[in-house]
Amino acid sequence: MSEEKPVVNRELVLPGEVVDTTGLRPGVGTYAENGVIYAALLGIKNISKNFVNVFPLKGRYIPRYGDKVIGIIIETGPNSWLVDINSPYPAPLHVNEVPWKVDFGDTPSYLKVGDTVLVKVEGVDEAKHVRVSMKEPGLRKLSGGNIIEIPASKVPRVIGKGGSMINLLKEYTGCRIFVGQNGRIWIDGDVDGIALAIRAIKMIDEEAQTLGLTDKIKAFLEKESKIRRK
Amino acid sequence: MGMKSDIKLIDENGLRIDGRKPDELRPIKIEAGVLKRADGSAYVEWGKNKILAAVYGPREAHPRHLQDSTKAIIQCRYNMAPFSVSDRKRPGPDRRSVEISKIISEAFESVIMTELFPRSSIDVFIEVLQANAGTRCAGITAAAVALADAGVPMKDLVVGVAAGKVDDTVVLDLGKEEDNYGQADVPMAIVPRTGDIVLLQMDGDMTEEELFKAMDMSMEAAKYIYELQKDALRRRYAVIAQEEKEEIESIEEGIE
Amino acid sequence: MSQDVVSQILKDYIYKTLTEKKRIDGRGLLEYRKIDIQTGFIEVAEGSARVKLGNTDVLAGVKMSIGEPFPDTPESGVMTTNAELIPMASPTFEAGPPDENSIELSRVVDRGLREGQVVDLSDLCIEPGEKVWVMFIDLHILDYDGNLFDASAMAAVAALASTKVPASQYELGDDYPLPIKNWPVMTTFAKIKDIIVLDPGLDEERVADARLSVYTDQDGHIRAMQKGLNGGFSYDEVKEIVRLSKEKGKEVRKILMDAVKGGE
Repeated sequence: MSEEKPVVNRELVLPGEVVDTTGLRPGVGTYAENGVIYAALLGIKNISKNFVNVFPLKGRYIPRYGDKVIGIIIETGPNSWLVDINSPYPAPLHVNEVPWKVDFGDTPSYLKVGDTVLVKVEGVDEAKHVRVSMKEPGLRKLSGGNIIEIPASKVPRVIGKGGSMINLLKEYTGCRIFVGQNGRIWIDGDVDGIALAIRAIKMIDEEAQTLGLTDKIKAFLEKESKIRRK
Repeated sequence: MGMKSDIKLIDENGLRIDGRKPDELRPIKIEAGVLKRADGSAYVEWGKNKILAAVYGPREAHPRHLQDSTKAIIQCRYNMAPFSVSDRKRPGPDRRSVEISKIISEAFESVIMTELFPRSSIDVFIEVLQANAGTRCAGITAAAVALADAGVPMKDLVVGVAAGKVDDTVVLDLGKEEDNYGQADVPMAIVPRTGDIVLLQMDGDMTEEELFKAMDMSMEAAKYIYELQKDALRRRYAVIAQEEKEEIESIEEGIE
Repeated sequence: MSQDVVSQILKDYIYKTLTEKKRIDGRGLLEYRKIDIQTGFIEVAEGSARVKLGNTDVLAGVKMSIGEPFPDTPESGVMTTNAELIPMASPTFEAGPPDENSIELSRVVDRGLREGQVVDLSDLCIEPGEKVWVMFIDLHILDYDGNLFDASAMAAVAALASTKVPASQYELGDDYPLPIKNWPVMTTFAKIKDIIVLDPGLDEERVADARLSVYTDQDGHIRAMQKGLNGGFSYDEVKEIVRLSKEKGKEVRKILMDAVKGGE
């Protein structure tokens, strides 16, 4: 336990606060000036190898190449769709990037405004122009269930170490769950199962930095699912 | 500035009309994360000023021609509620609020890491619910907390504070009567870590010496206001801090 | 408003939940969210109230001054209601002159106040044809999480009920509380496919087909109504909503009156 130094690693820091003067290298969420490293946002300080990082507690999803994200169609064009991926940058989905042969102008027959899709970020340029694709196995249109949003920075907590948290959620709620890297989570199951999963995910969101969170969520799910069975 | 009157703004003991010493601020209360829909928000009570600030973004910049392919744009909107002043204010922007909005947007440019979010917009809304002199400074102070609460990457918070001159005395943080009948007002926005001044206005009549004395007072007061801002943000995330503390204790006691 | 695309999944989920007599936030179909009313929030206004209906947050301020009456109503004061959907309150609200949504909101609230005779406008006459009280009710929407109508109506009545007429400012004697005649309450129902719910939350409002707001007074009389959105109601549905409005209006009126009393 003591080697992991969880306490030191989980300190809340604010923009402009000094996070290191010992010669570590500036990692994510930090900036360096005159050999001193400062926090660039409100978040949790973390030291990993030679780097000092500040992991955000909030903030928008910024697309990265290869991320699998859940998007909502917000526009249809003659040979592409525009997909909202919960970031400042809506992403075009070109007809060449879907698994169907779509005739010019026939896009709405395949995906309509309001449809939900599981897509992969295929490219991001310097000006943050984003392209998404639906061409890999598993990528598809989603239907049924419900979708909720959490800050993208909390996604790793919902998944847990080696998928421990997500498996827990699936097991106790009987739901199918897919977590997009953009913080959108699709949950499918019966109404009570979905409602329970949402409550648990909201708990994770609010207490994402707590140690022993998995046990806490497990206890919550155990208690609530007993009530459900009664 | 400079409405002539017989009102005595400094008494024989050197105290001000509301009993403050020359270098004393009005009471300030800050709360972070007070709204549901906004990405970040803050509420500030500063004397009788009541100010709400909210941040949306970075989000897609509208209209599209405003987009900058190298960085985010910052769009601040300072607005006074119709009931915020004694005579009802007509809703909507006037020349004063347009100017204030512009200089506040510019003040935040130097701390927000806009280059991380090309083509997007970071929108800052400052609503004056009740005005009682010094609303732009209170608004900046609130907006900085709202930006941090939204998780916007920034090099530091920004503090707004004013000083000026009344009855030939340099004073900090002018109140309503002092603002109406005083001789000068110098609102500033300060980046506490570096001491950079990112907003500066002045109107009235001061000697060079008086001006610098007023600015000194504001620089000093900014340190205190900065602590209040940070304290508000820490309280907002207190659940986490508390959990952390319990964890520390449980680890120390070896029951983990 | 900027585009607000609702996912089909959310639409389907909300309806599916409703068919099991549940709501996405755990409420009953005919249950209000928590109502919190604080009067006297703005000291510089003659009256004010901040209402939180769940996370919907509305601040109402009343300003009074002296002016001339309208020529056709020389013995009546002047009352104007205005609503600002400020961009702070929602990512879909935009800065600029009032759009159709804020104009509808202010007109519907105004209609209920006027027809419901919260204030007898003849009480606001100082000198017939010459001098009357001019009263502005400004609704400032701070956080939009559904059902602005009911929250705004509550805020307006609570603000009026906490208003002190600033007579001394104009050398017309001492300030005195604005006389309140009636307590109209607006209750808003949304129809999602074939299911009707009270006090729609944001997501419910986004997927609703039709909306009906009914203003009732303490005698159970109907004082104003407004149907909104693209869908329609059957005659039987309207009857049911009107009946429910009286019942639910009573609950809200009690909360409103208690809050105003508590605020004094």
